[in-house]
Amino acid sequence: MVGVVLVAHSAGLAQETAALARGIAGEAVPVTAAGGTEDGGLGTSVDLVERAMRAADQGDGLVLIADLGSSVLTARLVEEPGRVVLADVPFVEGAIAAAVAASADLPLEAVLEAAEEARGFRKLT
Amino acid sequence: MNAATDGATGSGTGAGTGGGAGAAAGGGGGLDTAFVVAWLEEAAGEIARQRDRLTELDAAIGDADHGTNLDRGFSEVLRALRETPPSSPAQALMAAGATLIRRVGGASGPLYGSAFRQMGRTLDSGEAPGASVTPAAFAEAFGAGVTAVERLGKAAAGDKTMIDALAPASRALSQAVRDGLETREALTRAARAAADGARATVPMTARRGRASYLGERSVGHEDPGAASAALIVAALATAASRTAAG
Repeated sequence: MVGVVLVAHSAGLAQETAALARGIAGEAVPVTAAGGTEDGGLGTSVDLVERAMRAADQGDGLVLIADLGSSVLTARLVEEPGRVVLADVPFVEGAIAAAVAASADLPLEAVLEAAEEARGFRKLT
Repeated sequence: MNAATDGATGSGTGAGTGGGAGAAAGGGGGLDTAFVVAWLEEAAGEIARQRDRLTELDAAIGDADHGTNLDRGFSEVLRALRETPPSSPAQALMAAGATLIRRVGGASGPLYGSAFRQMGRTLDSGEAPGASVTPAAFAEAFGAGVTAVERLGKAAAGDKTMIDALAPASRALSQAVRDGLETREALTRAARAAADGARATVPMTARRGRASYLGERSVGHEDPGAASAALIVAALATAASRTAAG
């Protein structure tokens, strides 16, 4: 199953979004969180990102979802074409779309595509 | 070792290999490992001294952590260079880059980290990688570092980012080297271009990062990333004076 790694500025945001995504997509989906800095502050830690990547990696590839700023920059640094890819999508919507697609055992490319479709989701129309 | 650096960062002694002896940056000669280490030390010292100013600039249009983040990152760079003294300019730059990427939680870590890492990679893949590089090779590597920042941050000139200081510095450095100026003068021109570039961000409207959410209200403030970039480039000229005098 494709893993979904959530990279955010705060540990709470990343963890709760991961819990929400697993709640909607199913607990079998490897959704992991890398939020905040190692000392618990706001920011991004490449060490935490790499740890979350290892925890979500089942060998079928990883989709990274980042919130903004340094999370996006850090996620771009750990991208590996064809294996670890960053989705260009809002954080919560992208996390849920990717997790649901992953739960259907879709391949990496399709999970990324599903996540990125969430960019255009409208809520009022 | 540079007393001001040590005093300001509280990081103890400098990086060991950077202390004057044998360093070369004068004349038209090559730039060696000691010069690159001296650059990183001078940059760390200046960032530490101006930490509060950088943070104040960031408080106006950012999240008020730029000075603190960079100071911590560069202190870690000095520590890494002390623990594993580099044996080539490329090695020193790659170590600095990796440390900044790992140790700075804000956007400046990946950005400056990528710049230094790319500089190191470019020097390493040059025709004659070794303990000393020509001013032309250094200028080319600097340009490659700036390009890495542009690519990662998707920023262009005029976006009110560190690129507005780095890109003019790179152009000035390349031009000065092409004109055959002595290394110290070339680095001084790069420093001047970076400082001018940073000041020029004041009237700009931010188009990247947190400040971009402020739109027109970002006008009238110097970009903190451009300000720190100007300090880092200025440290090149300081390091050149220091090592040539050693």
